[in-house]
Amino acid sequence: MAKGSTRARAGQGSWWAGLPGLAYLVALVLAPLVIIVIFSFLSRAKLGVGVKWEFTIQPYIELFYRESLSGERTFDPTYLQIFFNSVLYSLITAVVCLVLSVPIALWIATRPPKWRTLLVFLVTIPFWTSLLIRTYAFVIILNDNGPINGALQGLGIIGEPISMLYTPFATTVGLVYSFLPFMILPIYASAERFDFRLAEAAYDLGATKLTVLRRIVLPAVRPGVIAGFILVFIPALGSYLAPELLGGGKTSMIANVIAAQFGASRNWPFGAALSVMVLVIVMLALVAFAVIARRSSKRGSQQSLESLL
Amino acid sequence: MKSPRGTGASLKNFPLFGPMAAIVFGFLYIPLVFVVGYSFNSNRVVTVWKGFSLEWYADVLSNDDIQRAVINSLRVASISTVLSVLFATGLAIGLLRMARAGKTVAWSLIMAPLVIPEIVFAIGTLALFVQIRFPLGVDAITLAHTAFCIPFALLPIRARLRSVDLAVYEAAADLGANEWVIFRRITLPLLAPGIVAGALLAFIISLDDFIVSYFLAGAGGTTLPVYIFGMIRNAITPGVNALSTLLLLVSVVIVTISYIIARRKR
Repeated sequence: MAKGSTRARAGQGSWWAGLPGLAYLVALVLAPLVIIVIFSFLSRAKLGVGVKWEFTIQPYIELFYRESLSGERTFDPTYLQIFFNSVLYSLITAVVCLVLSVPIALWIATRPPKWRTLLVFLVTIPFWTSLLIRTYAFVIILNDNGPINGALQGLGIIGEPISMLYTPFATTVGLVYSFLPFMILPIYASAERFDFRLAEAAYDLGATKLTVLRRIVLPAVRPGVIAGFILVFIPALGSYLAPELLGGGKTSMIANVIAAQFGASRNWPFGAALSVMVLVIVMLALVAFAVIARRSSKRGSQQSLESLL
Repeated sequence: MKSPRGTGASLKNFPLFGPMAAIVFGFLYIPLVFVVGYSFNSNRVVTVWKGFSLEWYADVLSNDDIQRAVINSLRVASISTVLSVLFATGLAIGLLRMARAGKTVAWSLIMAPLVIPEIVFAIGTLALFVQIRFPLGVDAITLAHTAFCIPFALLPIRARLRSVDLAVYEAAADLGANEWVIFRRITLPLLAPGIVAGALLAFIISLDDFIVSYFLAGAGGTTLPVYIFGMIRNAITPGVNALSTLLLLVSVVIVTISYIIARRKR
């Protein structure tokens, strides 16, 4: 036996097999994050590309104050408003995804096993297609002479087309569409592990279907709901394409403002400071997630991620 | 007490869940159907149907700029797939033998690209490359893609590795095989389906990426999604739909193959 236990390690490789990968991730994931934090405390470069290596907290002041040419500072809620809107859009997106996901997740989980795999695969396919194209699809659909307006006009319900594109509504629809699979999959993962005989027992004991759903099934899939909420909220918060292509500049989110600082506005330190704020919000969301979820749903979120693949 | 209501099998059908599931499936697929459908429109105005035509496919396939963008995309996706699979295979094996603390650190590094909003990752990498004077373009995009393809390549490989019966290593060692022989003759063949599945996923993740490529493209690094974005911004014609349809088709075919390989013999 003792001999066997030393042999059990044979051929399984060693921890250093992971070193090249870890070194690469330090260089291309950790280093960019560190650079962002450093840049957020530096001065704006003369021509706007890059930074001037002079320490300042000016970028963080710019988050709250506008400076006039004479150097006078006045409170300016523009960026706070954009942060607030982004968080709000992301929360609305997560809630809408939740409402859409619970029925389909439970429905899939109650199908025969051989069907489930296929149905889950059908849910994941859109995730693996280009986000740009999925967002573009709604440019077509919500267009003034797109299929929705066409159908409504054809049926005589409306005379003039309704402007849907380039509105907050369009942005929200785009966000929901982008991240819906992230909500369906973890809820499904929880529902699949749930023993539906428990629900049947409650039903046999006289509970109505609604009561069974509310008191037995929904609490059982809560880890999936929590995981789904975070998996939708975080990427939605950093969304660039939906507000850019569907919001038409009227509904800027943080990512669009950050992109502008590295593009036309040429203020890298400020863009870096905005990014740091995004990271702070993401971390707060993750901490809140961990507190609410404790252990069970953390496992749920990882499983949901693995079920994607 | 009410009497039992039969088998309870009726509970498998919560009222309205079926129709609501159908609506959500419709919501997931109908937008893509419109993208594909309008790619065959002979009209210049995408959403005003005039008649069936393949002219937009001929149009985009003969465009020099698009051909260059496709070549860039394929080059970026192939190289970052190879690199990320090499790193991911090492990580999958290494993670098994790491101490608990090391595993936690390694795992958060690997998963970080999935948790950090992509825009932050994109501008962070841009800032890094500008700072170390690494030229923007296809090579810069390739290096960045490799980083966020690693988690996608890793998960199928890791799933495969975990299902391996440790006794096969023992048997090989007992029969006198050294570490390298065991790796080449046993570990690698056992991992092969996971590696292929992971490689296919990494390939489409890279091929479909827009934001990171957009910021790192520089002057000559336009990839296909970056080119499509420019088209959408300039003038929307069914040409955008034709290109999008081709890209969709590639993604769907590759993910289906990956799915079939990963599920086989599990």
